[in-house]
Amino acid sequence: MDRRTTIKWVLAASATWPLLRAGHARAYSIPTPVGYGSDPDLSRTYLPGELWPLTLTATERQLAATLSDLIIPADERSPSASAAGVVDFIDEWISAPYPDCLIDRGIVLAGLVWLDEESARRAGSNFLGLERAMQTAICDDLCDATRAATSLREPARFFARYRDLTAGGFYSTPIGRTDLQYIGNVPRTTFDGPPLALLESLGLA
Amino acid sequence: MPFVTAQTQQRQYDVIVVGSGAGGGQSAYTLCMDGAKVLMLEAGRNYSYTESSMFRTPELAPLRGASTPDKPFGFYDATVDGGWSVPGEPYVRTSEEDAGRFEWWRARMLGGRTNHWGRISLRNGPYDFKPYTRDGLGFDWPIGYDDVAPYYDKVEMLVGIYGSNEGLENTPNSPPGCLLPPPKPLVSDLLIAQRAKRLGIPAIPGHRAVLTRALDHQGVPARLHPGNARAQRILAEDMRARAPCLWATPCGLGCSVRANYQSTTVHLPPALMTGNLDIITDAMVREVSLGRDGRANGVNFIDRTSGREQHATARVVVLAASACESARILLNSKSAQFPQGLANSSGKVGRYIMDTVGSSVSGQIPLLENLPPLNEDGADGHALYVPWWLYGEQLAGKLGFARGYHIEIGGGRRMPGLGTGAGLEWLTGGSYGKKFKEDVRRYYGSFVGFAGRGEMIPNDRSFCEIDPTVKDKWGIPVLRFHWQWSDHERRQAAHMQTTFGDIIAAMGGKLREPVETDGAKAIAPGGSIIHEVGGTIMGADPASSVTNRWNQTWDVDNLFINDGGVFASNADKNPTLTIMALAWRASDHILSRLRRKEL
Repeated sequence: MDRRTTIKWVLAASATWPLLRAGHARAYSIPTPVGYGSDPDLSRTYLPGELWPLTLTATERQLAATLSDLIIPADERSPSASAAGVVDFIDEWISAPYPDCLIDRGIVLAGLVWLDEESARRAGSNFLGLERAMQTAICDDLCDATRAATSLREPARFFARYRDLTAGGFYSTPIGRTDLQYIGNVPRTTFDGPPLALLESLGLA
Repeated sequence: MPFVTAQTQQRQYDVIVVGSGAGGGQSAYTLCMDGAKVLMLEAGRNYSYTESSMFRTPELAPLRGASTPDKPFGFYDATVDGGWSVPGEPYVRTSEEDAGRFEWWRARMLGGRTNHWGRISLRNGPYDFKPYTRDGLGFDWPIGYDDVAPYYDKVEMLVGIYGSNEGLENTPNSPPGCLLPPPKPLVSDLLIAQRAKRLGIPAIPGHRAVLTRALDHQGVPARLHPGNARAQRILAEDMRARAPCLWATPCGLGCSVRANYQSTTVHLPPALMTGNLDIITDAMVREVSLGRDGRANGVNFIDRTSGREQHATARVVVLAASACESARILLNSKSAQFPQGLANSSGKVGRYIMDTVGSSVSGQIPLLENLPPLNEDGADGHALYVPWWLYGEQLAGKLGFARGYHIEIGGGRRMPGLGTGAGLEWLTGGSYGKKFKEDVRRYYGSFVGFAGRGEMIPNDRSFCEIDPTVKDKWGIPVLRFHWQWSDHERRQAAHMQTTFGDIIAAMGGKLREPVETDGAKAIAPGGSIIHEVGGTIMGADPASSVTNRWNQTWDVDNLFINDGGVFASNADKNPTLTIMALAWRASDHILSRLRRKEL
């Protein structure tokens, strides 16, 4: 993958960024236009920022964490999204030079700006400065794209994508796997299939 | 010294095998076990199954292991230097539209495309070798099921294939001792089987190249190599070194305990142990070279580490570079004697490329919500599948398309990942917060997927040829692909969609959106199922085929094509097992002719 290919992807991605306006030029600039290549070291552990520089400022990271935690808050079974490292993941994701990531780069960067602008319109503050109830009110207006007002259709699309990234970032960690009671990925000597009692309860035995 | 270089190779080999995947691996195995000296050339780098990242989890990978153009099946996928695009190795497509597009998947590494496959290992049935006789379309093979059956037996015993014998139409049984026991089905498998049966659709144990128990190292070697004590000893030792499945981790990551089939876990270790196999990696074959007698005398290849062209010499040349790559080598092997490329007097090299018809649907099944914690890793899917079940109706002309498909089913509480919790709005109404977490728990493991894999009939508009201008980074002219489906494939894809919708409905399940009944939209683009075969098809007539019944080119006596290129049809059954069976059969033929000094 070369720089020229990445530029082509950026241009293609930018066509999918209706929220993007002047002043969001950062979305177009990819600090490192090549990825990890077709033969990366699979045995190494990669931390966000190692392969390509991250994008979000400290303030944006705070905003991202607040939004992620509105989507996946701590509850009795597991901690919140940001506690599981979701903001690092989202920053890594929107900074990567791959087509899907480039599309999300524009959606997320523009979406975060829109959140602050909308907060200012509604309550004269940025999103972080809003009362919790006001933050939730904005999310309520965005969370279901099929019911969102026409004027909020693009912000709702941002919210849906941001929720997907938050969920993916959360459930792909040990915290997320434990939350879902995933108990695989361990070597076993036999595979016995589902227990009979369960199959009976489902009418399958 | 089995891994050699252009400089340290021997002066003369009995056989050069180009490619190290299913066809090349099987050819090298069969030839070396019977004493032939073989040089294998692999275009990509060396690779060992010990590189597998089996138990590594997504949070350790960049982007949580997501698929990217650099690693199209995810960061931890075993394939390196491979995908639908390979840097520096372009190909040309005559159409970018879905309907006319062909995507060419390659893997530049030892083991080739066997590092990425579903391990689904189904025998072709008797109908599949004589499709023209049955319905007047496509071509008959010059061989029948009975010619190949003994080699299916051998491959199953060597590789280790699980499955069962159900005696269904055109779905052959294996003789005793060939198959390993199938794994236990998952809850979702059993529910699918129960509800599909109500629709008259049978679900039976799948066949996959995964060791559900240790191989019979005492019995199998003598059955595979009668009268060859050394081969028996080598194979027995190697079979003991392969561990049964650990019931964890996706097979696509590769298998460091050698419980699944990759050429590097099954074929190459014993072949190397014979001392008869030399391998040069990073050797990109450009052309087959000819002697003055018009016979192949070796190959010219680019040593990718130095960029220099090199030559290797042998009595026999076997191309197993993958269907399209072997066609490319032949078309690039031009000479005064063969101006249209080698072995191409019929004009059929590159013609009749076939992929598999693919279409899929997934559904959400309320009955599978909120199941208790279960380890459902199993043998990585395909415990059950649906073989084509409508042969009679089809032959009677009731379906509107001529060939069948099988159904691969998926489900279960598999390892959560980047897609978990994504796109649930249609079920949750867009929940977020604590409600969202509860929703994800509720729906996790409640999805099932159906993938149809169907037969494509060869046609004149699906082929590859050499592009007149574009070259790869080694200066080798590249392929240009033309692609068209016919109504048979489009209608088949639409039938898949309707069937999957019916099964999901019979399970009380929900679809996010209605199934796609427009076959042109339902069908996956050409090449995307990565089952392309043809291009050097075998036949009974030199005027209309490239190879004969022994994978031997009609035009050049000592040149063989031991990959999927020789397929005269592409049954719904995944091609790898048949590639191996035919490569073994052709290699036996080569051995007998070498012994008779005919080659």
